[in-house]
Amino acid sequence: MTATSTDTARMAIQPATSRSVAQRRLRRSEATFGYLMITLSVVIVTVFTAAPIVASILISLFNWDVISPPTFAGLANYSRMLHDSTVIVSFATTAVLAVAIVFLQIACGLGLALLVQQRRRRATRAVFRTVFFLPLLASAASVSIFMGYLFDQKFGVINYYLSLLGIGNVPWLTSSAGATVTIILVAVWQQVGFTFVLFIAALSSVPSELLEAAAIDGAGAVPLLFRIKLPLISPTVLFAGVIGMINSMQLFDQPYILTQGGPGSATTTTVIIIYRTAFQNLQFGYGSAISVALLIVLMAITAAQFAASRRVVFYQ
Amino acid sequence: MTTVDVLRRVGRGLGLVVLVIAAMISFGPLLWTVTTSLRTPAESFTNPPSWIPLHPQFSNYRAVFQQIPLGRFFINSVIVTGLIVVGQSVTCTLSGYAFAMVRFPGRTKIFALFLATMMVPLQATIIPVFVLIRWMGLSGSLFALIIPALSGAFGTFLMRQYFLQMPAELGDAARVDGATHFQVFRHVYARMAQPALATLAILNFSGFWSEFYRPLIFLQNQDNFTLPLGLVGLQGNYGTGSISIVLAGVILAMIPSVILFVVAQRHFIEGITAGSFR
Repeated sequence: MTATSTDTARMAIQPATSRSVAQRRLRRSEATFGYLMITLSVVIVTVFTAAPIVASILISLFNWDVISPPTFAGLANYSRMLHDSTVIVSFATTAVLAVAIVFLQIACGLGLALLVQQRRRRATRAVFRTVFFLPLLASAASVSIFMGYLFDQKFGVINYYLSLLGIGNVPWLTSSAGATVTIILVAVWQQVGFTFVLFIAALSSVPSELLEAAAIDGAGAVPLLFRIKLPLISPTVLFAGVIGMINSMQLFDQPYILTQGGPGSATTTTVIIIYRTAFQNLQFGYGSAISVALLIVLMAITAAQFAASRRVVFYQ
Repeated sequence: MTTVDVLRRVGRGLGLVVLVIAAMISFGPLLWTVTTSLRTPAESFTNPPSWIPLHPQFSNYRAVFQQIPLGRFFINSVIVTGLIVVGQSVTCTLSGYAFAMVRFPGRTKIFALFLATMMVPLQATIIPVFVLIRWMGLSGSLFALIIPALSGAFGTFLMRQYFLQMPAELGDAARVDGATHFQVFRHVYARMAQPALATLAILNFSGFWSEFYRPLIFLQNQDNFTLPLGLVGLQGNYGTGSISIVLAGVILAMIPSVILFVVAQRHFIEGITAGSFR
């Protein structure tokens, strides 16, 4: 039911009691309209995001291979996980990769953004912005493919140029340390563009009057950076850190494609474990338990980041 | 010139050097991929790599369609990404508008729940979604990828932010003139939402075009593979020396993203910064 202009006009000349009836009718029609508009989104999000969260927790209390009926296991999957060294090691591996990737992503993104903002000509800034953004246009899968060739120990281009500098055959993908470093480098290479764009925008929003006033007061480039620019963009640094950790803790594409989690289990991230457990070994209950654990770890990391940032982040 | 001036000039010069080196690092691997895709398969591993191919083998790009079903992968990616982008554009605009402009009981609570799901990682829901898709009989089909992604909390959040910035007086004026709620939405506000729609569409395109994990889990038949999954499956050609052809496929897969970037760079940037200014 919708209200027409005659309804509204009629409403205006009604005595008080039937005016509120008309108002209620109007409000109900608006509410109906509102509910109709959100129906599609609510259904999809509920069925495929909200309900599955609850379902994950439920499934983790069972042992299930999807083909035969599930058997109740209580918290057995969780106690099994706490004694499972492959899972625990994967959390550590993932954490190490994530911290390194996020730190480098923010440091390089911020450094490059500061340097690009320094350039005076708009054309130069535009060229650098485009170049640093390009790696983001490729998929993580594609990047893993060509990086695999570049980092190849015998035929890779990187080792070729390093050998010209006198550095020996680096076992990028064939040693544990090398594989870890390679994954970090590949991930950072691709994702620096993201933090770079973020920081360019944040630096642009620093009011120029502040910078000019400080320069007039005799501040050099270094104090300008640490006393004014960094504090003002600290919310963006926090945002980049939180998003970065959430994404990097779920690293899958690069280690799965580039190193297959190896050599051995050097680059086996938690999501690789979840994938193998649930979709290769068909242990859905145990896999759900690990994913619930990952969710809890992610929430803890995010909470820790917000708590730690309270003293350092400056909100305007 | 004072020492400060000299130092400042040197600092700026060094900055440029660093930027150029960083640009070479950023661009180098991509350039190598392009030039190697144009080399004959036999010489794709010779070093030093010729950064400018002397005898470009465009035949690699033809071979990639013959030797591997790249056309099939492309079509699948287009179907999946296209339908998801359209789906989210419609559903998120409708719900974003409602959360921003329409009053109904429980609006704040429902939206808060939406926001909560935004922080949920894919991992926490993938197993139950897999079970559900299997129960729906969609396992292995492209719809397994499409249907769960037809709407999203982030898209709704983005559209709502945009609608919130629009003046309410326009809608009120239209309603006084007798317009229905839906007419107000369609003729007054939806029209003004095009920039936000473009940003959302580009964000979704970038995200879903390059997806690997969900296709890996849900698709079994190679005929249904999307581009990233299909390309990775071909990596086994490494030893036979036809990496040029694989790399031709990689470049082809990148072309839609590059075209979109050239055409709508501003929306890419806006998509990245959209969530950060709270």
